[in-house]
Amino acid sequence: MKKSLGILSVVLFLFSYSNNSKAEEVKDCFEGLNRATFALNQGLDKVIFEPISKGYRKLPIPIRTGTSNVLSNLSNLITIPNNVLQGDLKSAGLNTARLAVNTTIGIFGIFDVAQQLGLVKDYKKEDYGQTLGKWGVDEGCYLVLPILGPSTVRDSFGTLASILGGDPWYNITVKNDTRYFKDSDYYVSKGTDGINFRSKNIDSFDNLEKNSMDFYASVRSLYIQDRKQKILNSNKIVETQDDSDWDDLQSN
Amino acid sequence: MIKKNKSFIISLVFCLCLTSLSKAIEPDVFVQSTVNRASQTLSKDISKKEKMLELQKLARETVDIKGIGFYTLGKFRKEISDEQKNKYSKLFESYFLKSFSSRLSEYSNPKIDVISKDKKNEKYTIVSSILVATKDRPEVKIDWRIYTKDPEKPLIRDLIIEGLSLARTQKEEFASIIKSNDNNIEALFESLKKFIDE
Repeated sequence: MKKSLGILSVVLFLFSYSNNSKAEEVKDCFEGLNRATFALNQGLDKVIFEPISKGYRKLPIPIRTGTSNVLSNLSNLITIPNNVLQGDLKSAGLNTARLAVNTTIGIFGIFDVAQQLGLVKDYKKEDYGQTLGKWGVDEGCYLVLPILGPSTVRDSFGTLASILGGDPWYNITVKNDTRYFKDSDYYVSKGTDGINFRSKNIDSFDNLEKNSMDFYASVRSLYIQDRKQKILNSNKIVETQDDSDWDDLQSN
Repeated sequence: MIKKNKSFIISLVFCLCLTSLSKAIEPDVFVQSTVNRASQTLSKDISKKEKMLELQKLARETVDIKGIGFYTLGKFRKEISDEQKNKYSKLFESYFLKSFSSRLSEYSNPKIDVISKDKKNEKYTIVSSILVATKDRPEVKIDWRIYTKDPEKPLIRDLIIEGLSLARTQKEEFASIIKSNDNNIEALFESLKKFIDE
């Protein structure tokens, strides 16, 4: 009961925060601390994550695809409750079928049979941060978390919701003592997920870093834009970017 | 006589319409041809420096560098003097050309397929394309914001990669540099100079 009240008060705090903040402005309330954490993360990336990701990219394509599919299948466990919370029952049903088919016929998700059958053509991950965004909660201040990287106050509460019982995978590996899974299963899956993402973006990250005058600000902008797209479930920037920004400009 | 004149005028207007239509370039055709030109340059057996020079020439012809420059300046474009605007335009062009050609020259023969276009209004059309996947990276969706105020000379104003706008990212990067230097625009000029000279 106490825990529920705590979560409720946090959500209410977030709602009240959203009413006081200006839209369309990056709120980097802790910029000094964020930049320091960003520098730390970059250091860790150079020494640990980037070399591992480069090695991972040398693995045969079927192994990488299989790993990526297993991780994507596991992510259904967070996506499905968030589909429900967002009122998207159709996606919840389809993703449940995807999870069932891929876990069984697809051998623990190694093969994305659901996609091959045309059950879910374009799977979209959802999380508690996105659900809060869908409910109208403003992103709040931008945060850079050690190791985990870019986030916002809202998205950090979303991550917290996963740990407080919202992530069935966390519940059966870390939170509850089951005979079938160990704590390490959860941490290995999360670490591999990070390496998998990093390996797919080695060139674009390098390119962005090389061509940025303020790499921190570029990453911050990309993160905020990406989250807005994910909350809207759209890939079209035209829906989030005000066309009037481009008005009255002189051209070539 | 009146009838003859009338039909002559109608024919003349019709011909003029046809002429103007024939000169207009469709945004999707423009994007595909620009991409093909870039791809040809990148697959040529020439030095990286020569590739960069060719790409810069292409950018001057197809990208609204001046427009993007003022967009990325955001609210500050209304606050600076004409002299500062001129200085900024020159610096931004050099910065943009270096950054653009450097980013592209890393790729060897990228394959981009234009798939559709969406006319937003008389001034803008969004052209959607796909950067075909390779063994090292997945397929990437790229939208192009094409400025069509002059239909005979469409210009690229933004690239939106997987929903992320490059122009917007640059605008926020510039704003961050200015803000962290007490809103002094000269700090941005210094950063641009430093990047160009590197």
